[in-house]
Amino acid sequence: MKQIWIARDYSKCSGCRRCEIVCSLKHEGEIWPEASRIRIFMLIPGLEVPHLCVQCPDYPCVEACPTKALSINRETTAVEVDKEKCIACGKCIDACPGKIPHMHPTKKYILICNLCNGDPECVKVCQEGRWNALWLASRPSLSQLSIKLYARTPQEITKDLARNIYGEEFEKGMI
Amino acid sequence: MLYGYNGKFIEVDLSNEKISIEKIDEQILREYIGGRALASKILWDRLGNKWEEVDPLGPENLLLFLTGPLTGYFPGARICISGKSPQSNGIVGSTVGGNFAMELRCAGYDGIIVSGEAKKPVYLFIKDDFIEIKDANHIWGKRGIDTIKILINETLKELSNKWPWKGLWKDPGILYIGPAGENKSRIAAVMSKWSHAAGYGGYGGVMGSKKLKAIVVKGSNSLPPVANKEKVLSLIAEVCRVSIQEKDDWRRWGTGFGGYGVGADTSSEPIRNWQEEWHDNKSFGVDKFEERVWIKRYWGDDGCPTTCLKLSAIKDGEFKGAITDNPDYELQAYLGTNLGIFTPEGNVYVASVVDDLGLCGIQGGNVLGFAAELYQRGILTKKDLGIALEWGNPKAFARLAEKIAYRKGIGNILAEGTYRAALKLSKRKKIDLMKYAIQSKGIAIGAHGIRSGLDYPPIIAYACSVQGGDHTSVAGLIREELWKCELSMLFADSGVVCAFNVFKLDWLWDFLEAITGWNITKEEWYEKIAARVLAIQRALLLLGGPDIYWDPRIHDENPERFYEPLPSGPKKGKAADKEDFLKTKSEYYKTLGWDEYGIPTSETLNKLGLKDLDNVLQKIRNKVYSS
Ligand code: SF4
Ligand code: SF4
Ligand code: SF4
Repeated sequence: MKQIWIARDYSKCSGCRRCEIVCSLKHEGEIWPEASRIRIFMLIPGLEVPHLCVQCPDYPCVEACPTKALSINRETTAVEVDKEKCIACGKCIDACPGKIPHMHPTKKYILICNLCNGDPECVKVCQEGRWNALWLASRPSLSQLSIKLYARTPQEITKDLARNIYGEEFEKGMI
Repeated sequence: MLYGYNGKFIEVDLSNEKISIEKIDEQILREYIGGRALASKILWDRLGNKWEEVDPLGPENLLLFLTGPLTGYFPGARICISGKSPQSNGIVGSTVGGNFAMELRCAGYDGIIVSGEAKKPVYLFIKDDFIEIKDANHIWGKRGIDTIKILINETLKELSNKWPWKGLWKDPGILYIGPAGENKSRIAAVMSKWSHAAGYGGYGGVMGSKKLKAIVVKGSNSLPPVANKEKVLSLIAEVCRVSIQEKDDWRRWGTGFGGYGVGADTSSEPIRNWQEEWHDNKSFGVDKFEERVWIKRYWGDDGCPTTCLKLSAIKDGEFKGAITDNPDYELQAYLGTNLGIFTPEGNVYVASVVDDLGLCGIQGGNVLGFAAELYQRGILTKKDLGIALEWGNPKAFARLAEKIAYRKGIGNILAEGTYRAALKLSKRKKIDLMKYAIQSKGIAIGAHGIRSGLDYPPIIAYACSVQGGDHTSVAGLIREELWKCELSMLFADSGVVCAFNVFKLDWLWDFLEAITGWNITKEEWYEKIAARVLAIQRALLLLGGPDIYWDPRIHDENPERFYEPLPSGPKKGKAADKEDFLKTKSEYYKTLGWDEYGIPTSETLNKLGLKDLDNVLQKIRNKVYSS
């Protein structure tokens, strides 16, 4: 299996949130946006930010986990969560530069994108809709440093986007 | 088991700061589905016996925010807002997109029923079972953009303080009002995102009268379970497939496609307060919008494959900083051509100001056009307006919109909407100005004219609709087409879904059955459920009060202008035909089992199980028959 990476272009996200729908259907069997591994933040309308694991080269979340509930799938390079071992301490959230892992809304374990074992549903719908905010790239083609640049909080990403899309004065009093 | 619903409604009494959870009987849900239909039932039950005395802008009125069983499942979630309308004094079901409906459903509720009036400005905060009435002093007076910024910030802080274990919280769903709503304008909208508005009905003003600045909701559960999940998922896939594969023009250009097309091809777009309905101004083609102002080609609401909204922003020049969605067709027409504005930049600018003030673009654009025609004719002067209201001047119209939102000077009269403003100004100027008021029963007519006969609204579309000038729910005889018959559109408004994704009418019933497990046939919908709702809406519309009443003999009528021949374009000389109108009108009444004046007969009410409505209608019959 090829090592995959989900590339993203925030400025193209339509805010349709169909990726949240298919992700939660795949992993929870329900339409359940809060339990989706990808989340669309709309901290400012028009600036929708798809937020999901970027598979950092150094995996600080895996490093930070005290119970070894997190591991790296060597084939896909995704972070895998062992629900049984996770004690919902939130240390991986703190360690993630983008604060991407989030707690399951009703169960006591962390949610991190596992790339659907190499066949990402979110990418499929985004591609099907031709929004092209998410697409598959092969991981090695990206320099390891540039991957990590995506591990930022929605706040940080939105600020940059606002400057580009709406103009600099828009940042004021924003988030 | 009740499928497709949470079965719970939040009831908020703002006068007594009381919050409770209400359950609505399954039988009632089956008979009224949700959204607009359920609103008519709730309003009739709770306010029916004193309807005439209820001031829509007083504490007695109810404000309803209702979803339907299809909401969130059918691609493109919306919420329906209703209550006694300060525009028509009847019931209007007004829907709006955004992420609010999905959040509310995931918080575990199907709707919110607000009564009373807060002593000081408040907003409602809902996080699953946690519901709180919060102080809104710090946002009262703020415009849309600032309101959203503050509410998102403050909500995210609160969520992570109260529930820190969760990690980062995602933004909530927010409905809010701008200054127009705060100042109880009858043409104020309930807003969502920057630019989404529930404008028909004037419920922004109702929110303002209750001192309810906003509702913020965060839901962490899944959508309620459905009866046949496999079928629901395959239906969702089908809607998405058709949208993406077969409706590409629609996706690509959105409603803005009409901006040039409706004016140039169908001669049915309002131009300078409907003095004309045709233009050939190529600068208003949607391609010009794309080149000059679009910053996002696809923008959509929850679950929507079509994403027909387009986002525009102006980054330099005199209108720098303006943001709005595309604008969509209605805004393009009402805040563009109707004001003689034919540049994308000018149009985006006026729309962004109107959005930010929380005015309805249609009602607002209509009254702005009305005022400008009075100015053109020398009836309103620069002294009256404080502004030289020349056609095509975006800044002048934006300034007048501000006066309206803050009820300053002439704005105080115009904030009442076109119909009431026409009454007042006629008195003041001692001439009849109603002929310049392009509205039906107090509700400005949507930007699709009927004179050319080339657009979709039938000749009785607005004159006979229980929703007045509403262009999304028009009166008509044909039942198999969504856009030509309010009996069909009522389903979309009750479901509650985005009608722009209803590429096949049958989907609506298929979804309903797969979601709820109820087998409600199309026939049952048309002959019983929709007919019942229409009868209730009609009865309360005719009951009206307390400031304005409708006489069906006078007010089931088109605006005078629609009988004036079109002065330009390929359809020059065409006008609505009076005979055709009268014939269609009586046929329409007959189909619904209404009498010659459009009052539902006792027999019809019996059939519909609405005997209790007969007393009310008897009152109206007496009035109409005796004079
Ligand atoms: S599917 Fe694509 S366009 Fe839609 S919300 Fe997700 S990332 Fe954005
Ligand atoms: S993005 Fe966050 S969750 Fe993903 S690997 Fe990096 S630290 Fe872990
Ligand atoms: S790849 Fe799969 S698990 Fe990861 S966000 Fe997309 S749908 Fe969810």
